[in-house]
Amino acid sequence: MKQITLKLPVAIILIGFFAAVGCKPKGMQTAVQGDAAVKAYVAPGKYDEFYNFVSGGFSGQMSVYGLPSGRLFRVIPVFSVDPEKGYGYSEETKPMLNTSHGFVPWDDLHHPALSTKDGIHDGRWAFGNANNTPRIARLDLKTFRTVEIIEIPNSGGNHSSPFITENTEYVVAGTRFSVPMGDKVDVPIESYKENFRGTVSFISVDPNNGNMNIAFQLMLPGVNFDLARAGKGKSHGWFFFSCYNSEQANTLLEVNASQKDKDFIMAVNWKKAEEYVKSGKGTKKTVRYAHNVYNEETHMATSEIKTEVLVLDPKELPDMVYFMPCPKSPHGCDTDPTGEYIVGSGKLAAVIPVFSFTKIQAAIEQKNFDGEFEGIPVLKYDAVLHGEVQKPGLGPLHTEFDDKGNAYTSFFVSSEIVKWRVSDLTVLDRVPTYYSIGHLCVPGGPTKKPWGKYVIAYNKITKDRYLPTGPELTQSAQLYSIDGDKMKLLLDFPTIGEPHYAEAIPAELIKPNSTKIYKLEENKNPYAALGEKNARVERKGNEVHVYMTSIRSHFVPDNIEGVKVGDVVYFHVTNLEQDWDVPHGFAVKGANNAELLIMPGETQTLMWKPERVGVFPMYCTDFCSALHQEMQGYVRVSPAGSNVPLTFSTGAKKANPAQ
Amino acid sequence: MTVMENRFRWLIAALSLCLIAILFVPIWRIDLFAPQYPEGLVMKIWHNDLKGDIEIINGLNHYIGMRHISVEMFPEFVIIKFVLFGYILLGLAVAYFGYLRGLFWYIVMTIFGGIFTLYDFYRWGYEYGHNLAEDAAIKVPGMSYQPPVIGHKRLLNFDSYSMPDVGAWILIVVVTVFFGIYFYHLWKMKKSSV
Repeated sequence: MKQITLKLPVAIILIGFFAAVGCKPKGMQTAVQGDAAVKAYVAPGKYDEFYNFVSGGFSGQMSVYGLPSGRLFRVIPVFSVDPEKGYGYSEETKPMLNTSHGFVPWDDLHHPALSTKDGIHDGRWAFGNANNTPRIARLDLKTFRTVEIIEIPNSGGNHSSPFITENTEYVVAGTRFSVPMGDKVDVPIESYKENFRGTVSFISVDPNNGNMNIAFQLMLPGVNFDLARAGKGKSHGWFFFSCYNSEQANTLLEVNASQKDKDFIMAVNWKKAEEYVKSGKGTKKTVRYAHNVYNEETHMATSEIKTEVLVLDPKELPDMVYFMPCPKSPHGCDTDPTGEYIVGSGKLAAVIPVFSFTKIQAAIEQKNFDGEFEGIPVLKYDAVLHGEVQKPGLGPLHTEFDDKGNAYTSFFVSSEIVKWRVSDLTVLDRVPTYYSIGHLCVPGGPTKKPWGKYVIAYNKITKDRYLPTGPELTQSAQLYSIDGDKMKLLLDFPTIGEPHYAEAIPAELIKPNSTKIYKLEENKNPYAALGEKNARVERKGNEVHVYMTSIRSHFVPDNIEGVKVGDVVYFHVTNLEQDWDVPHGFAVKGANNAELLIMPGETQTLMWKPERVGVFPMYCTDFCSALHQEMQGYVRVSPAGSNVPLTFSTGAKKANPAQ
Repeated sequence: MTVMENRFRWLIAALSLCLIAILFVPIWRIDLFAPQYPEGLVMKIWHNDLKGDIEIINGLNHYIGMRHISVEMFPEFVIIKFVLFGYILLGLAVAYFGYLRGLFWYIVMTIFGGIFTLYDFYRWGYEYGHNLAEDAAIKVPGMSYQPPVIGHKRLLNFDSYSMPDVGAWILIVVVTVFFGIYFYHLWKMKKSSV
């Protein structure tokens, strides 16, 4: 009897164990429909239908995938150095990462934004935000390169960025961290309410060349600005920003910033702001920020430190900024393709509130206010609400739209995408994601013209979806078809960094414009050697400039003597190829930075400080031809003060006429 | 001596003048395709110039020791213009005098000129394809790289195609019409003599 009683708990535990195993939802992880493979399959040599620009999160870069295949095409270095491409290591690209804090080799890119014209993708530029050291980058979609980075002054972190207006008039930057600004910055952290301020910057984009310029900043109460979307169509001229921490807490925000029932979505009438700017309102504040531009003709970046910014204060300049109450720490703040509806996603809310632009305008007109917050009017929640989506799921984050009047909202906590109809707020379908989706993307989803077809989930947790790779796993995205009534899982694909937001655009808007080579006759780099005849080595004090050329399969020069310890050697390498996909690389032994990867017709410079005597090999790192392995050379380094003459050659030796 | 119908004399004059167009279009083309060049490389031969992917072709051909193709390799480029003007003047003369026999000799001269040009092209191709540098990086025993005069030939990993471009087609059409005019008159003479 005793034995039986002892065995009983064991049996119960075992039953419980098997019950648990049996209860695990069957086939969830492999719940794909029969034709999923066909729908995501792009045959070898065939092209994908969409480019997918995916933020690299803490990698600081932006990655480019094809859809529906999920194949990775390129990782574009933006805010982090990339030794593979020499980005941030070559003399030409170092200024791109300059800031008011000096050279910053890393950042955290959360959101891409693709340029639009009349609210529709035009395929010209992609923008990306740096969350840590506040900046916005512009990428040229002809070359898939970062061509401009502007730092945001008066900001403690740039999260609600780089969302754009309908015609790419402005790209915005809202502070995730409010901070003390101006002359009085050495203040107790506890004095948050008194001294900390948030800002929202409107950065104008030149419609011809894309050049960015901080047009104005709005000085705002100290809260955390989270995400944003421009109005479009009827709401063009307005911009909406979600914000949390209206409690104005400065510590343990997970508790202290979750106290109030409602935080805010901020509505900004930027046309009104433009009027104020035009009539000379606002004050110029002294600041310091870097503006870095990459010139595609000289293949060189320049960095300029700017010292002034125009600030508008909505407390003094009315009719420009309003707050709308939004339940529980709103995160996503998305406008539908018509521009009428603004969807707020309270991270901790049980409903999704949808605001109506028409009602917002009426409420403003009738001054239907619910008091004010730090001197800025707060609109009545019920007066501006279109309605609430009931029981949508747990932890709504972001919403994208299709071309049929439907919205797709991601739910982090309940790990699913929920499809609902914007007009009557009815939930139509839900599909699980693996696991815990963050952002999601419908091609053209934030524009006036969604391209539809797919929704992609960018997940925060990977766990068992792929073969394990130790504690650090790949990041995970998932492709679903939205053609029919039901969303269908088609494909899992791994991503680099941590994917936050992403945009997708039809390949045809970008592919025909893609640059194949840089034309040598357009190469304006002052250190270019355009032709082997111009290859040479020159000494200027302790600087040695090597004007080097590379063509399949040799460098000119490939033998260099007369370099001394203590010299600073600059290898200015020009790739003389004018054929598609023939890059050359350049590396020299002991270089304390990285390699160069030089595209056809391009010139890039590697600095090298030889620290010991000897003969140092250099070679081409990119397999360029059948004789790639022969593409190499030597640099002889002599002791400081040695009188070995400066000579250089390739093939037959010739003396430097300058010597 | 048989004199051609007036309308055909006008046509001959007009077509002869049409030959001027050859100065403004490529005459011949060589296309090269390889697995790594699916989009193809092209060399277009004009009356006085070479256009297309010459530098890329040169870059590839240096491995097998071929000479760099350049305009200087073709002394013919200096005279082609004058030869063409000669043919145009002759054509106008044929139209002006209107003798059928004149057209006959003109056609013979054109065909001879065409054959000579192709032979000249062959000679250049032979020289270019056989005269290889001693220190070439890649030497394939017994291999030469003479491009086809016309049509297709496989050269290592490249499929090469040599064919007329717009200029040559203009010439071919003109000469074909001349043939037609000549045979039309022969046919008419035969019919009237029956």
